[in-house]
Amino acid sequence: MEIPYTVAERPDTGLNNVKLGIWLFLASEVMLFGGLFSAYILLRMGATEWPLGSTLLNVPIGTFNTAVLIGSSVTMVMAHASLKLGNFDKFRLYMGLTILLAFTFLGVKGYEYWEKITHDHLPAQNTYLAIYWTLTGLHGLHIVGGIIVNSYFWGPGSAMWRTKREQFINRVEAAGLYWHFVDLVWIFLFPVLYLL
Amino acid sequence: MENVTTAEQIAHAEHGHEEHELSFLQTYVFSQDHKVIGIQYAVTAMLFLLFGFSLMMLMRWSLAFPGASLPVIGNLLGQTNAPGGIMLPEFYNQLGAMHGTIMVFLGVVPLAVGGFGNFVLPLQIGAPDMAFPKLNMFSYWAFFLGGVVMIASFFAPGGAANSGWTSYAPLSVIATQGQTWWLIGMIFLITSSLLGAINFIVTAIQLRAPGLSFMRLPFFVWAQLVTAFLLLLAFPPLEAAGVLQLMDRLVGTSFFMPAGLVVTDQPLEYSGGGSPLLWQHLFWFLAHPEVYVLILPAMGIVAEIVATNTRKPLWGYKALVGSLVFLGFMSFVVWAHHMFMTGMGTTMSSFFQTTTMIISIPSVVILSALFISLYGGSIRFPVPMLFALAFLPMFGIGGLTGLPLGLSAPDLHFHDTYYVIGHFHYVVAPGTILALFAGIYHWYPKATGRVMNELLGKIHFWGSFIAMNVVFMPMFITGLAGVNRRLYDGGLEYAHAQDVLGWNVVSSYGAWALGFFQIFFIFNFFWSIRHGKQVDDNPWKATTLEWQAPSPPPHGNFTTPPEVHRGPYEYSVPGAATDFTMQGQASDPDPEPAQV
Ligand code: HEM
Ligand SMILES: [Cu+2]
Repeated sequence: MEIPYTVAERPDTGLNNVKLGIWLFLASEVMLFGGLFSAYILLRMGATEWPLGSTLLNVPIGTFNTAVLIGSSVTMVMAHASLKLGNFDKFRLYMGLTILLAFTFLGVKGYEYWEKITHDHLPAQNTYLAIYWTLTGLHGLHIVGGIIVNSYFWGPGSAMWRTKREQFINRVEAAGLYWHFVDLVWIFLFPVLYLL
Repeated sequence: MENVTTAEQIAHAEHGHEEHELSFLQTYVFSQDHKVIGIQYAVTAMLFLLFGFSLMMLMRWSLAFPGASLPVIGNLLGQTNAPGGIMLPEFYNQLGAMHGTIMVFLGVVPLAVGGFGNFVLPLQIGAPDMAFPKLNMFSYWAFFLGGVVMIASFFAPGGAANSGWTSYAPLSVIATQGQTWWLIGMIFLITSSLLGAINFIVTAIQLRAPGLSFMRLPFFVWAQLVTAFLLLLAFPPLEAAGVLQLMDRLVGTSFFMPAGLVVTDQPLEYSGGGSPLLWQHLFWFLAHPEVYVLILPAMGIVAEIVATNTRKPLWGYKALVGSLVFLGFMSFVVWAHHMFMTGMGTTMSSFFQTTTMIISIPSVVILSALFISLYGGSIRFPVPMLFALAFLPMFGIGGLTGLPLGLSAPDLHFHDTYYVIGHFHYVVAPGTILALFAGIYHWYPKATGRVMNELLGKIHFWGSFIAMNVVFMPMFITGLAGVNRRLYDGGLEYAHAQDVLGWNVVSSYGAWALGFFQIFFIFNFFWSIRHGKQVDDNPWKATTLEWQAPSPPPHGNFTTPPEVHRGPYEYSVPGAATDFTMQGQASDPDPEPAQV
């Protein structure tokens, strides 16, 4: 038994199952972070005082990390494009770079967390720090998820390149969409938490 | 029908069977076949429904005879919960919170969406399976684990969650450990629903058989599609809220904790600055769409059964679909009608009261269309039709009693009284639950090749139908008298409740009678698997695609890939050979047979 349209596009909808699926998943993710951002807005509006992010957080480091993530989005695009051009070695290179950049991001984030802990800036301290830890923590978990998926396609999953090429390219594209979304979330998080 | 039995196709089907030998575990436990998963969902959900219902039968004792020792069972509840067989208020609170949670998240939704959606939807659209079979398996197991965590929480120190199914903060933040289990269980359930929702939407959009355009979809499929969108978009904010509450409980943040809280003369150690209202907003942003998740699949089931058993097309198919989609949209902007009493402000109240009145319109359209569908039909009354017919007025009562609640002025009086309990139970119990029973009796022959016993079914129907009204009708009376919905003694302590206390007893006897009549169903359900009357593939002479597949359908569902040539409800078409024309039947070039 074959499930139709796992790879090929369905003519009247112009989509294959994987692509529709990942877009729906991202829609639910938008609602997840949307819920968290509205919580932030509501709490901030109700607060009598609110610390300026830049006084508590390290803006240059945050900016650096933003650049790292944007870079990883670019390499992700290159990875997918290399597959489309049939260049598997280039794919491995760019996918590897994407994963490396993701680890860099986590490392830097870990350093920031460590700094917070040593300065006793813990989530229970005040609502701002609570938001900071929760939002960046959840975002971090999404990065970890992305690393797992991308590493799978870089390593064992890439065997599909030889057996089911079309499907493999599709999957990498879906992973890419997810990865861009995770970047996008950070692009909202960074100004909200560090600058405003 | 005749065309599926040619020798060539049988050979083909058998060949398909030999292709993959699956182990027992793969076939029945970790199955990726939508029909097996659907049945797993349905059976698990029915067990949870029974469990959640038993909790309620216990609560009804405390409400009817507060302070009296519960015979026999009371001693089994343990000394910490019911010393000397007398239920403690703390234990009552656990039962209340868990009854609501289990019925909604572990019972009705998994049965209506996971069970019926999985089993019926792919068949009705002529698909070989769901779009992502493996994901389907994962969503069942995530649901199962969530259920296990929820049930296990009864054994946590301090017992299960006890802050109501709504888990209002700050009470829930300072509650015993069971609340943490509740939150973790919810995260599993939400994950399961999300995966399921993605799967349903992709399946319904991508895997429709050739010729099955959107406006030819059976109403049931539409209902599942809109439901899936609600689950997809409404659940994540609750997940967010769940994470925030976990942070409050475990890490000591103050998302939902205002400053200066004092509990038993001890100031709480929270930095404050949080907002209890925030929890309510996030919770109801999910939970209002959730009530439509509870009702829409039921409407879908009822619509199928009504069309089949009136032998005429549904009245106003387009209006039905339009109303359904509109309902889906609107259900995202009415949530704060649960919060009129929170002091969120009159501007907010006016806004949400207006949207609530607007959302009533499509509900009324759907109900009216179903009623009008009965008019002029030659109605048959098999068991599923009895249940479906009972759904209509019961949902009507539920919906109409919702209107006064949706207006902020009368709601000041009704809020948090038994009136609200009466309202929503009329929609979900005599409403949705009856519709779900209807669905089970209706599609049982598709899953097993046999119909359930008619006499037992009728006893089950009349018993349940009457008992449910005995349970819930008195709640409007106690509610109008102002009895609060959360008291373990049913209002014994309050002067204004004295005149109506007797109704609590009536209600309780109704509940136990309802429990008794389920025995007929449970017996029938298992007995008919082997002893029910054997029937052909289309026992109800229905038109939609699932009746074109063999009963039970093989792996991959159809012996020949179906093709659709017409709308879903071509009953009693003038000039047609029979009083039903199946969707998969090609148009007959020669109208002669009609005369035979
Ligand atoms: C058709 C029009 C409906 C209207 C105008 C309506 C209105 C309302 C309002 C205003 C409340 C809040 C009452 C209060 O707490 O003071 C409420 C509660 C509730 N409604 Fe409805 N409703 C409608 C239909 C439904 C349907 C179809 C369902 C479910 C299938 C449903 C399920 C519930 C539930 C579960 C609650 C109580 C939640 C709780 O506080 O525990 N309602 N309804
Ligand atoms: Cu509501």
